[in-house]
Amino acid sequence: MAELPGQIRRMGGGISQLLEQICGFSRRCLFQVISMGPIPNHLAFIMDGNRRYAKKCGLEDGSGHKAGFSALMLMLQYCYELGIKYVTIYAFSIDNFRRQPEEVQSLMDLMLEKINSLLEKESIVHQYGIRVYFIGNLALLNDQVRVAAEKVMKATAKNSRVVLLICIAYNSTDEIVQAVKKSCINKSDNIKASGNYKHEDADSDVERKDMENQEERIQLVDIEENMQMSVAPNPDILIRSSGEARLSNFLLWQTGNSQLCSPAALWPEIGLRHLVWAILNFQRSHSYLEKRKKQL
Amino acid sequence: MLFLFSVVFTFLALFLIPGLFISRRLSVSFSLKNIIRFFKITASKYDDEEERNGKRGAMGDKEKRAMNRMPKHVAVILDGNRRWAEKRGLKTSEGHEAGARTLMENAKDCFAMGTNTISLFAFSTENWERPEDEVNCLMALFEKHFKSEMPYFQRENIRISVIGNRSKISESLLGLIEEVEEATKSYEGKHLIIAVDYSGRFDILQACKNLAMKVKDGLIQVEDIDEKAMEKELMTKCSEFPNPDLLIRTSGEQRISNFFLWQSAYTELYFPNVLWPDFGEAEYLDALTWYQQRQRRFGRRV
Repeated sequence: MAELPGQIRRMGGGISQLLEQICGFSRRCLFQVISMGPIPNHLAFIMDGNRRYAKKCGLEDGSGHKAGFSALMLMLQYCYELGIKYVTIYAFSIDNFRRQPEEVQSLMDLMLEKINSLLEKESIVHQYGIRVYFIGNLALLNDQVRVAAEKVMKATAKNSRVVLLICIAYNSTDEIVQAVKKSCINKSDNIKASGNYKHEDADSDVERKDMENQEERIQLVDIEENMQMSVAPNPDILIRSSGEARLSNFLLWQTGNSQLCSPAALWPEIGLRHLVWAILNFQRSHSYLEKRKKQL
Repeated sequence: MLFLFSVVFTFLALFLIPGLFISRRLSVSFSLKNIIRFFKITASKYDDEEERNGKRGAMGDKEKRAMNRMPKHVAVILDGNRRWAEKRGLKTSEGHEAGARTLMENAKDCFAMGTNTISLFAFSTENWERPEDEVNCLMALFEKHFKSEMPYFQRENIRISVIGNRSKISESLLGLIEEVEEATKSYEGKHLIIAVDYSGRFDILQACKNLAMKVKDGLIQVEDIDEKAMEKELMTKCSEFPNPDLLIRTSGEQRISNFFLWQSAYTELYFPNVLWPDFGEAEYLDALTWYQQRQRRFGRRV
């Protein structure tokens, strides 16, 4: 008689495991069906709504972000199962440094903890062979976080199956300004290095001057290759949770032609159905966009 | 019991039947949310009319707060002209004509409601790839409207600026643009920015090139290049409010399509399903109501 509660508990555990397996199997079937259409190559997330979620559920302030982290792991799992190669997340903006110091500190502590956990054997990084990049003005972070980030980047540099770009201390306008500065410095270095080099294959003076001018002028490719986000192609879909429809200085250069989605769910509430809906919308306008790209 | 039931039923009918007609007119799905929204819109329409007609003296606190929540700069991507024409069995050029008419009407409404700057994405750099007769029709439309609307701009004191790459535009249109800009350059308070052959990336690139030239000529140092320096070189430097507060793209497509990239860092993005020629005062009020409910935090806590 005394064993009965224990038996029931074991049965309960077994049933929930079975349910999980059935869910996983039906999810994989769903992904197979969706993959019949075009799948985006690069997905970007703005993880908005953690604080509102904590307030809504009456939790203490920091736990909204923890719940948000679990939601993030779930979304990454779905994305990589579906076959999306690049995922970018907006973890911390340069504007967020202007929040209350306690909140900034607790966010930094949470990020340090999670970055370190990425190096563990059971983490998602090893499960899916993820290469991790940290994009942003890393000099603005405290030493511990920066060192941990660089360690993770180095440790995962050999992975090549899928890529995770974490934007931390990032602002798109800051990224563009840094790229512009680098292009200016590179160009002036090139000009100094070429020095008195004359274009001997030019036939006339005018042509020579043209070629020199061409080399001196900054081209679009110069800025693009100096952008930190050049390690990934432009995002196909940008999903911002909590229903706000703004970019908040995230990937402004790269999302010129991206599909923008803003589901009303707060970030910890985001689930499979929002991802599937975004991808279905993407598939709907994909053929038109491909035609336009071919025209260009 | 029967009496109570009939009262409740009549009450419901009083609300539901108008809702059916309202939803058809606005071509919006029939739902309680949209009915309530329609009442809010109509109420706010009358509020705005009162503000326009009545208040000449000092504005009270409430009115000041309401004015503060009006967007100073509204950007519009005019999408859906071709689909509108297709739906009605008309030619593409007629769709663009209808779009141009809607544009002038909406600009008048916008300025009347207190917006300072309106930017329009009239022609993007990518649009050169469209069929040649459509491109020619659009250029002819621009010429026609610049000529015909010049007296209106001068009467209403609206300053006109045209931003974009001017190298591919025809001589006659270029001449007209310069004439309109020169004639209206001293006006303040109302600014209409028309983006012709504009691309957000091209804007950032030309700003970068200008900065690079300045560095090369020794006017500034590389370390002085920051966000403010970039903003001073972007094409929107002609405006007092270079960054839009609200960006509206009609026809339901949810993309920025290389319009303001740098400038829309904190812009609220609104994507109504209506096609551009059908976008009228009611739809604009809808957008304003939506905008006023936004909590804009710019990354900080409120």
